[in-house]
Amino acid sequence: MTIALDHAPSVFAFSANEFPEINGREEEWRFTPIKRSAGLVSGEAKIAGDIQVSAAELGGAKFEIVAKSDQRKGFTDRVAAFGFEHTTQVASLTIPNNVEIAEPIQLDLRADGKTVAGQIDINIGHQARATVIMNYSGSGAFAGNVDINVGAGANLVVVSYQDWANDAVQLSHHRISLAKDASVKHVVVTLGGNLVRILPSVNYQASGGAAELIGLYFAAAGQHAEHRLFVDHSVDNCRSNVVYKGAVDGQGAHTVWIGDVLIRANAIGTDTYEINRNLILSDGGRADSVPNLEIETGEIIGAGHASTTGRFDDEQLFYLMSRGISEDEARKLVMRGFFEDLLTLINVPSINERVRAAIEDRIAGV
Amino acid sequence: MSVLEIKNLQVQVSTDEGPKDILRGVDLIVRAGETHALMGPNGSGKSTLAYAISGHPKYNIVGGSVTLDGQDVLEMSVDERARAGLFLAMQYPVEVPGVSVSNFLRTAITAVRGEAPNLRHWIKELKESMAALQIDPTFAERSVNEGFSGGERKRTEILQMELIKPKIAVLDETDSGLDVDALRVVSEGINRVQASGETGILLITHFTRILNYVKPDFVHVFHAGRIVREGGPELAVDIEENGYAQFVTA
Repeated sequence: MTIALDHAPSVFAFSANEFPEINGREEEWRFTPIKRSAGLVSGEAKIAGDIQVSAAELGGAKFEIVAKSDQRKGFTDRVAAFGFEHTTQVASLTIPNNVEIAEPIQLDLRADGKTVAGQIDINIGHQARATVIMNYSGSGAFAGNVDINVGAGANLVVVSYQDWANDAVQLSHHRISLAKDASVKHVVVTLGGNLVRILPSVNYQASGGAAELIGLYFAAAGQHAEHRLFVDHSVDNCRSNVVYKGAVDGQGAHTVWIGDVLIRANAIGTDTYEINRNLILSDGGRADSVPNLEIETGEIIGAGHASTTGRFDDEQLFYLMSRGISEDEARKLVMRGFFEDLLTLINVPSINERVRAAIEDRIAGV
Repeated sequence: MSVLEIKNLQVQVSTDEGPKDILRGVDLIVRAGETHALMGPNGSGKSTLAYAISGHPKYNIVGGSVTLDGQDVLEMSVDERARAGLFLAMQYPVEVPGVSVSNFLRTAITAVRGEAPNLRHWIKELKESMAALQIDPTFAERSVNEGFSGGERKRTEILQMELIKPKIAVLDETDSGLDVDALRVVSEGINRVQASGETGILLITHFTRILNYVKPDFVHVFHAGRIVREGGPELAVDIEENGYAQFVTA
């Protein structure tokens, strides 16, 4: 089996033309409703400008809009390259070395009904600590990327909250790079949007890196929420832990989770686990879940994956109802419970509060 | 005083080869304050009786009746049966990830009592009941049954019974998989409920071991989907000494 290796990128580029055109039959596009992408996949979209990014609660961090330069790795996805190509300026957030910022830094991102591109850079210096919340809201279509560079020994929590209006489109690559002993908790919450496709990837520059990738998604009727992860264990003694959970409810609700984890031959001492769970709440919804784990060395601490997709567990409902709890209330308990352990992992109070409220809203409509 | 009346109950399950008869006419009356031991070999249909009384959707009632204080139990949904006063302590209690024991119990108590319990009283009541069953207080915040040992699950079932105070409790092999200490703790819980005189207990078991701790008023021997012998506690002694074969061949 060389599935993950097949998924390992071979093209690195800054413009869409470097990649073949997308027809929708490619492995990495086969689940995506590319016709709903506002021309971002075909490349026919007219980009009106950059996504509007505003920052608040900066603490000791610096936020600025800077000139675009190619001093970064080329992109591995055609639409990601398209987004970069059409970006004019970069929204850059820098957390200096050794700085600890307790309060979450807020980045507010808006397309304002337009078709926009954009590049967001988050650089956290060595031994620094911070939490960054990116919040996407409103209407529009966005092709753009987030480059996250975590310095040696630094600790970053970064949350990407897709709270888009229901007609919005987003196609983004989140590229995480970890220096020696750096750790990141990357959280994706996708609740809004018509089509959201996010590709979080992790690269380890030196040993001791740790990545926790957490995702929570809930697709209602007509929504497509796709998350494709690629964790590239290319150096020794690094860790990764992936936990994604989602629900689908309603006609045409579709979620996709792809978890590619590659442990290269020299990545001895790797410890990795990935899990994806999906709850199907009604007929007409669909959840695809594909874990891919490729291991090229046996000298690892651990590697595993799990994936489950199903409806309500009848035995759970029977158990709860046998204690007098109505079927409706039992379903709500199970649904809340399904996401609750994810909130324990996310553990960012303002985000947990928002997610709980959003889930309550969704539960009320089920 | 409450009474559960089971008359000529016949139950089938669906299999790949078509419907299969499991219960072939069960007659049993359990009154509040009484303790009945229902004993029988594996595969005799004991657990089916427990699930059928509780309304598990897997079991099809094809004949007979079950009433609680004259009310038709078989017409009720699973949750209605529980609110009417029936309780089933399960042989294999189910994990409910992300739902804490305290949240689960508070929701169940609210449903059964018809109103939310006074918070201060409730916390005290829960603490005391957990302590009596030697359940670690931290279990209140753990997910229901998740990562619990067999003994911990069974103690949590009895905890639920003590808090819910049902009219009739069916205990499905609550003794299975318990070590001696856990068996004693669980039995003491059952005896407290028994001593209240307000709950009728139907204790389903394969072994006589638990009857050293919980004294039954009546013993019923179950075989091939029906009760084949009834008597007092002395019947359990007979089973202990001579096994089930004597009833099977009879």
